[in-house]
Amino acid sequence: MTDVTMKVWRGDASGGAFENYSVTQQEGEVVLDVIHRIQATEAPDLACRWNCKAGKCGSCAVEVNGKPRLMCMTRMDTLPEGPVTLTPMKTFPIIRDLVTDVSFNYAMAEKVPALLPPPMPEGGYVMFQEDVERSQEFRKCIECFMCQDVCHVIRDHEDNKQHYAGPRFFIRTAELEMHPLDTNDRREFVREEMGLGYCNITKCCTEVCPEHIKITDNAIIPLKERVVDAHYDPVAWLGRKIRRKTKMSSTEAAVQPAP
Amino acid sequence: MTTNSPYEHHEYDVLIIGAGGAGLRAAIEAKQRGLKVGIVTKSLLGKAHTVMAEGGMAAAMGNVYSEDNWMVHFRDTMRGGKYLNNYRMAELHAKEAPDRVRELEQWGALFDRTKDGKILQRDFGGHRYARLAHVGDRTGLELIRTLQQKVVSMGTDVFMECKVLQLVHDSSGRVAGCVAYWRANGEFVTFSAKAVIMATGGVGKSWKFTSNSWEGTGDGHAMALWAGAKLIDMECVQFHPTGMVWPLSVRGLLVTEGVRGDGGVLRNSEGKRFMFDYVADMFRAETADSEAEADRWYDDHTAGRRPPELLPRDEVARAINAEVKAGRGSPHGGVFLDIATRRSAEVIRRRLPSMYHQFMELAGVDITREAMEIGPTLHYIMGGVQVDAETAGTAVPGLFAAGEVAGGMHGANRLGGNSLSDLIVFGKRAGAGAADYIAGGDVANGFDQGEVESAVREALAPFTRENGENPYDIHRDLQEMMQANVGIIRTASEVEEAITKLEEFTERVQNISVKGGRAYNPGWNLATDLPSMLTVSKTTARGANLRKESRGGHTREDFPGTDANLAKVNFSHSITGGWAGEITTVESPVLEIPAELKSLLEEAK
Repeated sequence: MTDVTMKVWRGDASGGAFENYSVTQQEGEVVLDVIHRIQATEAPDLACRWNCKAGKCGSCAVEVNGKPRLMCMTRMDTLPEGPVTLTPMKTFPIIRDLVTDVSFNYAMAEKVPALLPPPMPEGGYVMFQEDVERSQEFRKCIECFMCQDVCHVIRDHEDNKQHYAGPRFFIRTAELEMHPLDTNDRREFVREEMGLGYCNITKCCTEVCPEHIKITDNAIIPLKERVVDAHYDPVAWLGRKIRRKTKMSSTEAAVQPAP
Repeated sequence: MTTNSPYEHHEYDVLIIGAGGAGLRAAIEAKQRGLKVGIVTKSLLGKAHTVMAEGGMAAAMGNVYSEDNWMVHFRDTMRGGKYLNNYRMAELHAKEAPDRVRELEQWGALFDRTKDGKILQRDFGGHRYARLAHVGDRTGLELIRTLQQKVVSMGTDVFMECKVLQLVHDSSGRVAGCVAYWRANGEFVTFSAKAVIMATGGVGKSWKFTSNSWEGTGDGHAMALWAGAKLIDMECVQFHPTGMVWPLSVRGLLVTEGVRGDGGVLRNSEGKRFMFDYVADMFRAETADSEAEADRWYDDHTAGRRPPELLPRDEVARAINAEVKAGRGSPHGGVFLDIATRRSAEVIRRRLPSMYHQFMELAGVDITREAMEIGPTLHYIMGGVQVDAETAGTAVPGLFAAGEVAGGMHGANRLGGNSLSDLIVFGKRAGAGAADYIAGGDVANGFDQGEVESAVREALAPFTRENGENPYDIHRDLQEMMQANVGIIRTASEVEEAITKLEEFTERVQNISVKGGRAYNPGWNLATDLPSMLTVSKTTARGANLRKESRGGHTREDFPGTDANLAKVNFSHSITGGWAGEITTVESPVLEIPAELKSLLEEAK
């Protein structure tokens, strides 16, 4: 057991400052345990967001020593010696202390054209494991929004949020595009509405993903290729259009009610 | 409907409290019926405790064993519940679960597949056949994301991080809405609705070692009771056999039953597979009596009987408890769960990726090389709001309940995998029940502003008290007390002491002081959770005292056997005078099973 100083940012949209808490760290503890102990003793009003404390819900993302981490999966004994600095995710507006307003992500989610499957046959759909695996990788996402936090397109440029959706929604779009049952076409949508072109594949998102989803390699790059095919290569585009008659344009797709 | 609420106010046809599997499924149904639907959740959308479900959802689709059908599923559920179940719920659940699972694929769910492209099904405790549709060990995440995305695509209003304090009534006593506050700024908000669906989940946070998230404070159980509904079977609390025991900071964290379904076995400190010593008479005929027989079963269920590690959860949890008590436990007070010597590292990582990750990151244990240390953890409450099986309606007009907050479906013990399917079967039924009730026309009209004001006054009181108690201290003491006195093994003196102590806790909660302001203040939030936690704890302790037998999740050291007379009653609680008021507990008869269904149970005995 050792004593450690936790430098926790406290404040709200109007401003704030670091406060230091000296705590005794116990064997096997994660950062969230230490925050809970500070709440139970010195600072019952210290705001942090958390739910499952098992790395499954993605609620407790903050920046630990400047890097986005899930507090529930970050063991204290893996951090370098010295004070531990906790700050709210920088990309999102602050509500209070370590809690940020992540509504940007929920607004984006509403824009994504839904899955549009063919009617379900008697006894259910037939899909094979190798066909579902691609999208299953993206469906591991726990929506911690750390990929959004670390993406410099919106981290450093607030105005880009108007026309850029961020890595979370690129994997969401890729998941739907690669879904074996989908008949929607979101290629124009992801280029025009989600600003896929702004991503210059620095892989920061992939590095922080707690689910180890290969965001850049498996979602963003294939999406960029599809968009390029659709937009700039009329022959390929026409070919696709003929072969995949069921796919719709994004304008049509956006107004299609899901079943 | 008209109100003169001084607070932010919203009006809906159907208001759903809780955004886990049951609440979201109810919302979809009500939306499809053309109603105006609002969902209120105290967390962000998609974070509900449903995401923690790992192993799968049970549905007799027969994709792996064609012998499976709803009748076998019904039988397994009733036997697992030790016949205390509302048989009609168990019947509807078994019949409807396959369609509910399949329709999730229309909305985007991608389950693991069989070789011929159907939904793959896995083995779990108490289920005769491989029956759990799953995605690796993250099935709950798949369920909640699918329903969340469907709800979003339908354009439903979701009030996130909005904590409901109390239901309110109209002048005729119908439930007519609720009063809540925004966690972000502490401002109050009122909702009026023609029907309210309670879908708030469980109660685990009243105990010290639990797999539940902070949300499991029993708000829905308590609010429904306060509003005039009845709670049944509250003594029936499930201790999941396999929670992590080390490090202390993660004690109670769930280890999926899928580990055992996929071949994992339990061993004591002597390395012995001890479950063979704990097969109850009820399960002897269908359980293997040698390791060789049990091991043959995994590949072919006709080549041997089931391994005893896959007995229902209550049986396994009691056995682990007994081994530890006999001094054959692991270094940190559990037993060993071993899959490392049973399956290849590649299979373990593919089938159980979250477990691999969880042990590696949090305990520094590589489960492909070493055994896990595990022990029982409070996981689920079978008891809950008494509902009508067909409509999910409660004793109060206008109030419906579905999911973990509802009681009856699982009897005295829930089978693994029956929870996720419960959510979608009865979530849909609650949405339909509320829609039919509204179509009937005799619905709430306005609400009692006095109820709103008293809830607001009570919520703000902790800010006005000087030198009161810290809510965190009360919560810690409550958890210690409930763990010690109303835990996995119970006895008269301890349960009686709990009942007395809970009255002292009531006084302490009435003297809480909260520091800081109203904006995103977790101390205040906890202060508003504690009345619910106390209400739940009181009904659990009262039921545990009255049920002088051992049945399912309720085990009495002083009454180790079952009592045939108690098999016929559910203990039903009601309250008068608000959360600190008087609780009355009466015997309510268990629904009589019709002869044709009874024969299904007997045939298989």
